[in-house]
Amino acid sequence: MGVIPWVSWYALRRYSAYPLGSMAEAVTNTFFGVMRASVLLALWHARPGLGGYDAADAVTFSFLTQALIGPVQIFGGMELGQRIRTGDVAIDLHRPVDLQAWWLADDIGRATSTLLLRGVPPMLVGGLLFTLHWPGPGAAAAFAVSVVLAVLLSFALRYLVTLAMFWLHDERGIQAVALVLSLFLSGMIVPLVAFPGGIGDVARALPWSGLVQVPADVYLGHRTGGGLAAALGFQAAWAAGLLAAGRVLTRAAERRLEAQGG
Amino acid sequence: MIEMTDVTKTFTLRRRTGRRLRRERTVVRAVDGVSFSVERGEFLGYLGPNGAGKSTTIKMLTGILTPTSGRVRVAGLDPSRARTALARRIGVVFGQRTTLWWDLPLRDSLTLVRRLYRVEERAYRTRLDELTALLELEPFLATPVRQLSLGQRMRGDLAAALLHDPELLVLDEPTIGLDVVSKATVRGFLARLNAERGTTILLTTHDLGDIERLCRRVMIIDHGRAAFDGDLGALRRAAGADRQLVVELAAPAPPIDLDGVPVITVEGPRQTLRLPDGANAASVVAALAARHEVRDIALRETGIEEIVARLYRGDQEISAPATS
Repeated sequence: MGVIPWVSWYALRRYSAYPLGSMAEAVTNTFFGVMRASVLLALWHARPGLGGYDAADAVTFSFLTQALIGPVQIFGGMELGQRIRTGDVAIDLHRPVDLQAWWLADDIGRATSTLLLRGVPPMLVGGLLFTLHWPGPGAAAAFAVSVVLAVLLSFALRYLVTLAMFWLHDERGIQAVALVLSLFLSGMIVPLVAFPGGIGDVARALPWSGLVQVPADVYLGHRTGGGLAAALGFQAAWAAGLLAAGRVLTRAAERRLEAQGG
Repeated sequence: MIEMTDVTKTFTLRRRTGRRLRRERTVVRAVDGVSFSVERGEFLGYLGPNGAGKSTTIKMLTGILTPTSGRVRVAGLDPSRARTALARRIGVVFGQRTTLWWDLPLRDSLTLVRRLYRVEERAYRTRLDELTALLELEPFLATPVRQLSLGQRMRGDLAAALLHDPELLVLDEPTIGLDVVSKATVRGFLARLNAERGTTILLTTHDLGDIERLCRRVMIIDHGRAAFDGDLGALRRAAGADRQLVVELAAPAPPIDLDGVPVITVEGPRQTLRLPDGANAASVVAALAARHEVRDIALRETGIEEIVARLYRGDQEISAPATS
């Protein structure tokens, strides 16, 4: 067996090494879940059935997406960016392993750790305080696949933004843009089903919707049969395309690498 | 093991020239026509002031940077094309960075390195036992890397770089920031590695103690060019490093007149004489004692620090051309 699965396993342990920090994040995620659920309840009270969701869908959406914040790292960024800035990336490049594969493996471990430590608490607390939808076995299995694809897609997007560091030398500007796109176009702030007309269509066609909106729709059972296949295919296609773009950019970055930090 | 032929690496910097967004492009020649070769089993010290091109050279040797022109071969491979294949055959330690996993125990980092380099379980055990004994790793194998002292971390990094038994070990300032005892451990280890295992070692450092203690051959690079290549004795000679005889006479006297041994300074009863290359110190001392009443005599050699400082400052043109 190659080293790659081990990188994931080590990342999982690495990101689970600070349980207090993870707990604090879980509490924060849960708190915001309650807040967002209350806001969405008010919205759905005024506009029942908006976007095909009922009130319970909207509340479930709030907690579910809070649970996904960690795994899809909705706020962007990755450790590699810091390593490019300090020049530590030289160590990564010296390893006899592909840079993108290494960090993808690391990210899968990270996502798994945060899913368990930061994803489960908001759902449990949400279930105690509100009436949530719980999926049947079929929807649960489909949801699991969709979350895996969402993690791949999230990595693909963040990796592209991070690699831009090789050219920009500072990631704050591009991270700020990426953050706004990620928060709004994923459905994190307001479910994309509530976006009106053309704007909603565009938002749903862009890759960010695959991070939050699509997994949530799959969980809530709004995608079944051919619709489900299309939803998963949509995520997979964007993930594959953006990962391929990441490969191309990796090659270009290696060629242009500057000796940062001596 | 290493062949560099006429290697150049240039970086283009864009820098604002003050007004609006106009930018000026400057081409920096980090490495400018460097040639050298290192045979299997050599221990080469690679010296140079900050910004001289040392790290750039190392990055080209390991394939992280592609040379602008010239030819690089390491272990028969072209590093920038065969970076991955080469990484399996060489070990690299960057003194200011770490390959270890910050949040995990040292032992875990070493296990992951074993899988990274596909080292067989049995070979790994033997190797780890050896390295643990030589580098005294035992007390902190189970400690998370973030809790290690700098000296411990450096020993851990050395172990990580050597688990796959590389033919060539490249060290970029491995003793930077270490205390005297840790330095001695690291130096002793490197000397044994080179002598007993025959591992070829290329070492960059600012610590000239490393060089004096370890390297049979020294190469000095400055402004991207090789300024010297040879052994320590040749460096002393090339830099005009001389031996001086400090003589304390019974009473102040006019400058001592000895054939071929010029007096440099006279301070009361103390006179300093310069011993020319190849002069026999014993016979000079005998001649002195025969003619003058001598209270005390001291023989001084110019330290390597002094020689290198002169070279870096450019006080001293190096007389011997760099050999390749």
